[in-house]
Amino acid sequence: MTETEQKKMEALREYMHAVKDQPHSESNLIGVLHKVQQIYGYLPREVMDEAAEILEIPTAHIWGVATFYHYFNLEPIGKHVVSVCMGTACYVKGAQGVLDALKKELGVDIGGTTADKLFTLQEARCLGACGIAPVIMVDDKIYGELDTKKTIDIINRYRKADAAETEA
Amino acid sequence: MTRKTYKVTLCDGPTCIRNQSREIRQALEQALEKHSLSQRTEIHLSGCLGMCSKGPILIVNPGYVIYGQVTPEDMGEIVESHLAGGQPVARLIVKEDHLYNRFFRIFGDVDFFGKQMRITLRNCGIIDPENIDDYLSVRGYEALAKALTEMTPEQVISEVKKSGLRGRGGAGFPTGLKWDFTAKQPGDEKYVICNADEGDPGAFMDRSAIEGDPHTVLEGMIIGGYAVGARKGILYIRAEYPLAIQRLEIAIEAARSHGLLGERILGSDFSFDLEIRLGAGAFVCGEETALIHSIEGSRGMPRPRPPYPSVSGLFGKPTLINNVETWANIPVVVLDGGAWFSTIGTETSKGTKVFALAGKVQNTGLVEVPMGTTLREIVYDIGGGIPGGKKFKAVQTGGPSGGCLPEEYLDTQIDYESLAKAGSIMGSGGMIVIDEDTCMVNIAKFFIEFTQSESCGKCTPCREGTKRMLEILTRITQGQGKPGDIEKLERLGEMIQKASLCGLGQSAPNPILSTIKNFREEYEEHIHQKKCRAGECRALLKYTILDNCVGCGACKRACPVGAIDGTRKEKHVINQDLCIQCGQCFEVCKFNAVSKA
Repeated sequence: MTETEQKKMEALREYMHAVKDQPHSESNLIGVLHKVQQIYGYLPREVMDEAAEILEIPTAHIWGVATFYHYFNLEPIGKHVVSVCMGTACYVKGAQGVLDALKKELGVDIGGTTADKLFTLQEARCLGACGIAPVIMVDDKIYGELDTKKTIDIINRYRKADAAETEA
Repeated sequence: MTRKTYKVTLCDGPTCIRNQSREIRQALEQALEKHSLSQRTEIHLSGCLGMCSKGPILIVNPGYVIYGQVTPEDMGEIVESHLAGGQPVARLIVKEDHLYNRFFRIFGDVDFFGKQMRITLRNCGIIDPENIDDYLSVRGYEALAKALTEMTPEQVISEVKKSGLRGRGGAGFPTGLKWDFTAKQPGDEKYVICNADEGDPGAFMDRSAIEGDPHTVLEGMIIGGYAVGARKGILYIRAEYPLAIQRLEIAIEAARSHGLLGERILGSDFSFDLEIRLGAGAFVCGEETALIHSIEGSRGMPRPRPPYPSVSGLFGKPTLINNVETWANIPVVVLDGGAWFSTIGTETSKGTKVFALAGKVQNTGLVEVPMGTTLREIVYDIGGGIPGGKKFKAVQTGGPSGGCLPEEYLDTQIDYESLAKAGSIMGSGGMIVIDEDTCMVNIAKFFIEFTQSESCGKCTPCREGTKRMLEILTRITQGQGKPGDIEKLERLGEMIQKASLCGLGQSAPNPILSTIKNFREEYEEHIHQKKCRAGECRALLKYTILDNCVGCGACKRACPVGAIDGTRKEKHVINQDLCIQCGQCFEVCKFNAVSKA
């Protein structure tokens, strides 16, 4: 956990203790979950357990709420979401190869996020860009006519841009 | 281009026309000609300005001078004295009844605004939403002051009742009655809630209203709290609207520091405060009992009513829930009177309604029109008609809970009853225009996909029923429809409407049932002839190469699956077994030699 995360988490603990003694304290649960997601980008299990203890709400109830609402991520999400089109045209043109290359390069499976939290890998239904198959979509940008090498180049470009950002 | 000195807006409403507004225009043009001012003056015709009793109306800008009951004979004097001499003609200026003026100031000279009347959005785009002084300058919080100092809570409720205002969230329940029920409940712990969980795909009027004029919503809620005897209000807003949330926070802070929220508001005995609670992406939370569960920190699932929230709502206490647009109307109703408000609109539906106009139409965006405006006026006069010379097919109102109305319903007046009678609903105000390129089966599938994934799963008819309907529709659009599918959809739809627990399920079949009713032949074509006339259902398309193929090979190179074969300079052929209907060959052919059917 980074220092800022720790500080924010400390503030959140204070907040939870503060609301706990107010009337209808359990009604603040969704607000607490929003704050947790702001800190981590998703809802880590151990933080939920901690919230359950402080707020005196059963963990089962908290997970019931967390899974009900689409807004909450239960797994960490990377800075960039890479979607590989698995539509028929892309599949025929070698999307599987592209996907395998990405899995190997990023070291994650479908739905997984890289250790540096830079990328989350996903499969997508037809993205409607069959003419330049196979395609991947990074965030909302489409890259087409890919092969293994081109795909890795794209990933490296994002890595470079991110490194430059961190330096600056 | 020469700069125009004056803009003259002439009311072209039916009453004014009867009172010679057309003749007035002629006289005006002649007078302008005489004074050689034609080049420097713009004449605009506006839709009914709503000041019929003072008609014909003529407005001169800049200066915003309103002339009333003018005659063709007056034109000479107005042109000579005002437009040429800069001296308005005092005897013709409308002095009283400036009520309407507030709602027309910047409009009337742009086509898009001509038929609009902005009450809910009256300040949007005009004031700085982050500056409370701006709101105060447009008579902001005057309604609150009036309510607190001059009116009893009963009088406020009676004014809301008199206005005929009905809930703008979709169901159209009379707002005054709802207030009355809540006020009559015993106990001093009561709540007012603003439902800003706007979730219909394509609808964004609540977001715009809050982002453009957050104080109006707050003022409405504070008045509501005073009327029903609540000390606490909650704004339930989607987490996906960060700017709206930020502006509400700024507005609440400013209102507190001005003594408009908190203890003893404006020196009265009334204390009230507001809190923002965030939604977390669940469409069903727009339903009032689900929304209450969500505020309480639980899964947002609805419960059977009664008891209604006005009896047992948030934390089991009497609760008044209204939608953003409804709240935004309250300051106007209180300040200008229910009697005035009830002059706008139709017999059963009063005031205005904001629609999010989208789809195959020239001008898209938010439009606010008086109730009673026809669909045709919105689509053609405000929306500018269908782009690209395409043919109008249907207009869809009410989002995933609404229906599709074909051309013969275009002259339907917009009010709760007329839309329901036509087979759609007012809903929260989404309005999507559909042209001939859109497949009605596919659009029904799009909406049921949405409601199916948003069904909370509590009651079986909605959870299972929407899923079965989606499966059938998916089959039909993939060319695997079976005889009897339409009847099955109708049966299922009616059952889901009747047996579902909340509004989400009860209205989920509407897009399907209305498209079956109005476009049954399209369903039949999909099922029996495996044909999609709009060319949207890809699986039903068949691409073939025609005899005028020159054998250039462009399609062969473009085909992602290698389904096209042929020797150079000879006619090519598509192998239908391999074809995935991606349409690339159709796109690249320069000779129109690929047919799509």
